[in-house]
Amino acid sequence: MARVYLEHVTKKFGNVVAVNDATLEIKDKEFLILVGPSGCGKSTTLRMVAGLEEVTEGNIYIGDTIVNDIPPKDRDIAMVFQNYALYPHMDVYNNMAFGLKLRKFPRAEIDKRVKEAAAILGIENLLKRKPKELSGGQRQRVALGRAIVREPKVFLMDEPLSNLDAKLRVQMRAELAKLHNRLQTTIIYVTHDQTEAMTMGDRIVVMKDGFIQQVGAPMEIYDHPDNVFVAGFIGSPAMNFLDAVILREDGDLWVDAKSFRVKLPLTRFETVGEYIDKEVIFGIRPEDIDDKDFVPNAPPDRIVTADIDVTEPMGSEVYLYATVGPHSFIARVDARTTARDGSSHQLVFNTDKAHLFDKKTQKAIR
Amino acid sequence: MRTGSRRSVFRRARGDSPAKRAVIHAVLILACVMSVYPFLRVVSVSLRPSNQLLSTDLALIPPGASLENYRALIFERDFTIWLWNSLVVSAASVLVGLMLAATAAYAFSRWKFPGRRQGLLFLLTTQMIPAGMLLLPIYIMVVRLKLFNTYTGMAIAYSVGSVPFSIWILKGYYDTIPRELEEAALVDGASPLVAFYRVVIPLSTPALAIAGLFSFMTAWNDYMMARVMLQKPNMFTWPVGFQKLMDQFQTAWGQFAAASVLVAIPALALFLYSSKWLVSGMTLGGVKE
Ligand SMILES: Nc1ncnc2c1ncn2[C@@H]1O[C@H](COP(=O)(O)OP(=O)(O)O)[C@@H](O)[C@H]1O
Ligand SMILES: [Mg+2]
Repeated sequence: MARVYLEHVTKKFGNVVAVNDATLEIKDKEFLILVGPSGCGKSTTLRMVAGLEEVTEGNIYIGDTIVNDIPPKDRDIAMVFQNYALYPHMDVYNNMAFGLKLRKFPRAEIDKRVKEAAAILGIENLLKRKPKELSGGQRQRVALGRAIVREPKVFLMDEPLSNLDAKLRVQMRAELAKLHNRLQTTIIYVTHDQTEAMTMGDRIVVMKDGFIQQVGAPMEIYDHPDNVFVAGFIGSPAMNFLDAVILREDGDLWVDAKSFRVKLPLTRFETVGEYIDKEVIFGIRPEDIDDKDFVPNAPPDRIVTADIDVTEPMGSEVYLYATVGPHSFIARVDARTTARDGSSHQLVFNTDKAHLFDKKTQKAIR
Repeated sequence: MRTGSRRSVFRRARGDSPAKRAVIHAVLILACVMSVYPFLRVVSVSLRPSNQLLSTDLALIPPGASLENYRALIFERDFTIWLWNSLVVSAASVLVGLMLAATAAYAFSRWKFPGRRQGLLFLLTTQMIPAGMLLLPIYIMVVRLKLFNTYTGMAIAYSVGSVPFSIWILKGYYDTIPRELEEAALVDGASPLVAFYRVVIPLSTPALAIAGLFSFMTAWNDYMMARVMLQKPNMFTWPVGFQKLMDQFQTAWGQFAAASVLVAIPALALFLYSSKWLVSGMTLGGVKE
């Protein structure tokens, strides 16, 4: 059993509160992603689980044991560092065997485990090399191998892919997910890259300024962000935010952004009651704004005529950088669009997917 | 064709013109000759039979060359005892000095504690005190500790001199070793002490070699401290012993030269041996910057 549980965990460095009252349960065999901008406290959280940083307040459990005062070596965890941290004076074999040797495993067992891990990672032919004779991708694999041979209760990974080039990163993303299926262990994975978070994890924890913002499955967070920060951080290109007022007219609900207005679905009545005639933040993802030419029977009360500043063809689709009055936003539309730089074009807002946020608290209106 | 390609190889190696290279080589060769020549003269003197000691002959191998001086030195004097004493004392001060410096430097490099900055500065200021000033206090301490005329006393006295320098060298080197390497070891199952000697120490060999050489040469070449601290002739280190070759009615210059040649050998061997540890760049590749 390798559940990890953080109970009201706080970490202070002098006056800096790196992690603020974090409570979080990581289930056995779960692939959990900690994601957030740089400096938000992800690494600190991970390092507290590893035992490399002391907890200022609160408790950390691994299994059913409080590990606050247990040194890293006795926590039965393995860690993959962002810069790999391979031992430069040892060859690949000994880098992987080091942890087992320290734990006094029999020689035959060490050999078996190292060779198995090397086979899984496809690095059998590198075992005699020193780290400096390896490419970035190969070092990455050795770092993973060093963790795998230990067969620990929990894997901790701190931005393990961020030093790889883009192509290798995409490939390793899939391989890590596969590896997790194969090893069936708990993984806590830190990244600042929302794409990694969306594609790899069972659940995502979004952090900002030391606070946990939201915890949930990737699509749950994508579809139902709790606040403006999460909404803007998860998803690429980011969600558009426009200042607007909610209006009620003749039994209909409108989002009025001054220079244009679009109708909201009636189902929103239940949630927006107290916000009628008040200012809110209207959020809509780029893929929920379409080119009218490709939406048959688009309801006229959701059509907006926008000035197109820039078109960015991505191949399978086109990003339109559009303006209406004071508002700018991005739309992700069909690749066949006839919109051109400097032209004016009709766009459809799919307000069924609209997000509304309280202007003051930045929280989602639900 | 062939010369053309060879010239291009040289070009690639250094962008200097042939004339400039010639000058550089000339200067280097001259410097080599100037530093090696006195040593060769000493070798030459050591080979002279005693009746030609004051000869002004400049031949490197003198007429009638013999190993008589070496024989006399080794079998009729206490030279081997002096050499042995020097070796023991020097090796002991390297060992004691490195052990103290390696651990102290680690603390200075890795932990924040009150007095850390002041401590480092203090170590530096000790290096500015002339060695002569330390003679008396160290003498008194060694006598009080009843370590007068002992290897231990000498080793401690020499370590005191070289440890501050070694700490600075090692601390500077540890600072360049990424902390993640030790953290990886801690997670892998090492205690902090094990992480230190299984990861940090093996990676610090260039700095350890420099600090070790420095400690060795400090002890090996010292005359003043040994003169004060060693009274029993069977404890003499070679610099004190050499004095014995001079202070009889006449100086045995031939033996003196022979002894000089012999004591140069251990130091030379140590330099050659440690040069392989001086290769830096060991930490390359372990972490990605
Ligand atoms: N050893 C430390 N000493 C002081 N402040 C630190 C230390 N480690 C991290 N911090 C601070 O704690 C905050 C969180 O850091 P970190 O967990 O490394 O962020 P992330 O990994 O999310 O980029 C930052 O403001 C950082 O400056
Ligand atoms: Mg980090």
